[in-house]
Amino acid sequence: MGDERVSGHEPDPGHGEPQLRAHLVVERPRFRLDIELTAAAGQVIALLGPNGAGKTTALRALAGLTPLSEGHITLDGRPLHLLPVERRPIGVVFQDYLLFPHLSALDNVAFGPRCRGASKHDARRTAGAWLERVDLMEHAAAKPRQLSGGQAQRVALARALAVEPRLLLLDEPLAALDAHTRLEIRSRLRRHLGDFDGATILVTHDPLDAMVLADHLVVIENGGVVQQGAPAEVARRPRTDYVARLVGLNLYRGVADEQQVTVGDVVFSVTERMHGPVFIAFPPSAVALFRTRPDGTPRNLWQARIEGIERHGDNVRVHLEGPIAVAADITPAAVADLDLTAGQEVWAAVKATETHAYPA
Amino acid sequence: MVLAVAGMTFLVLPLAGLLVRAPWSTMPERLAEPQVLEALRLSLVTATIATAVCLVLGVPLAWLLARVPFPGRRLVRALVTIPLVLPPVVGGVALLLVLGRRGLVGQWLESTFGFSLPFTTAGVVVAEAFVAMPFLVISVEGALRAADLRYEEAAATLGASRWIVFRRVTMPLIAPGIVAGAVLCWARALGEFGATITFAGNFPGRTQTMPLAVYLALETEPDAAIVLSLLLLVVSVAILAGLRDRWVTSA
Repeated sequence: MGDERVSGHEPDPGHGEPQLRAHLVVERPRFRLDIELTAAAGQVIALLGPNGAGKTTALRALAGLTPLSEGHITLDGRPLHLLPVERRPIGVVFQDYLLFPHLSALDNVAFGPRCRGASKHDARRTAGAWLERVDLMEHAAAKPRQLSGGQAQRVALARALAVEPRLLLLDEPLAALDAHTRLEIRSRLRRHLGDFDGATILVTHDPLDAMVLADHLVVIENGGVVQQGAPAEVARRPRTDYVARLVGLNLYRGVADEQQVTVGDVVFSVTERMHGPVFIAFPPSAVALFRTRPDGTPRNLWQARIEGIERHGDNVRVHLEGPIAVAADITPAAVADLDLTAGQEVWAAVKATETHAYPA
Repeated sequence: MVLAVAGMTFLVLPLAGLLVRAPWSTMPERLAEPQVLEALRLSLVTATIATAVCLVLGVPLAWLLARVPFPGRRLVRALVTIPLVLPPVVGGVALLLVLGRRGLVGQWLESTFGFSLPFTTAGVVVAEAFVAMPFLVISVEGALRAADLRYEEAAATLGASRWIVFRRVTMPLIAPGIVAGAVLCWARALGEFGATITFAGNFPGRTQTMPLAVYLALETEPDAAIVLSLLLLVVSVAILAGLRDRWVTSA
């Protein structure tokens, strides 16, 4: 997923100061957000995390809508956190867009340029040009409630970009769209983000949005960064259960000794040579199930109990409990052949070549 | 059910009485009397100016009460709504004590500007505004509390100062509340009697508004009072209905 973007804009410390450098600390009762973020010009950073992790709080702090308890935000070498919201060179696309209901699409987009000193005429011309860029010129006079979800999203993007921000902040920009529109808007958004020369911070809980749109993922859980890196790297080497679930891998912590990793009572043989604490990950499709103990090596083999069986795409996902909790994807035919039901004892095996171990 | 019908009858019957007892045969002449037209004109003009004054002062006050937390806010809100429960006559007396020729502020006004409010048309406006403003403030404050603050945040991220946010985003969003408040306020000002007669007196052409004219006419010429009352009823119903239609079609 997203491999073609890896070569894009990785942060490059060799090229001087990144455009955005922020240390965000927001204290709340029973919650503390404390993360560091950097972004180069043109780079798209996705903040990915479960609900309540602090993604939106981080975005609001960057925008100045939520005050920082501590920390700093530096944009283009200048302290952004000292400026009030209206003087920050930012553009924000809100989750439900927040288009002004009493203004036409054109006037919504013209609002920002007008506030930043353009004459009424110039502001409307700028707004027209932006509506042209998002292919909505024919809806210029429409009020927000007359626009479809996808159209409203494009107006919101045009409105945010029309002020020529240096930092673009997107809060779940695709969450309010249905699946079909989402696909189209996602590729449009990707194109517009590609044209944008400032830094972009994108908040999402959808791994696909993050993989497709971002150059760099920052995974946040409970107010802190738990993992970050290029999308492909994060997808290949998850470091928390949340990330593993997002990218659809079984993930365990174990201890490596040469080409052997011990996870609890189960011993895996792996292709990598390592020592000490490691993560081991493998896809559910790499797990094979047997009614009786298969012959051969005891490695990569354990006895488990079927906790539940559910449909998963074209396959069937079997949840196993036992020494380790594992998800296994097998074909419906295999389920019939093996006559699998919940509560049954089975043997599970995974091929060494399909496991992937990396330092913890 | 019976009680509901009784309630409705109680509200509607007096109005029907007005219609039944109206001297329909002499209506045209009576309506054309200069005193009647003068009182009507004065009532409409003062109620409208009073509403404008309430809008200018009341909307910012409502904003302060709804949006700016400050110590003693609940006390201020209670004070602002006092004219709602205060008998208007008492309001008029209070206005006289403060703005009268020998009043706390009135004395200073007269010595500094040679300007005195009581018993003038301006005094009528002051009395009406005093009594009617709480209606506007309460209605607008409610609308402000119900409005989605995130639109204002969105405007701020686009570079709008506090004032621009208020003028271009908040005001249009709460427009229904402002209109409703202004209509209530105007209707209250139009019907204002107690504070007006106490503070501004009862001079035809200068401070004699319709309600005062009705009361006065009732003493001397009951038929004229009925005509004036009907006129007041028709004018207020017509204007309220007109505003409502305009509002419904533009919303």
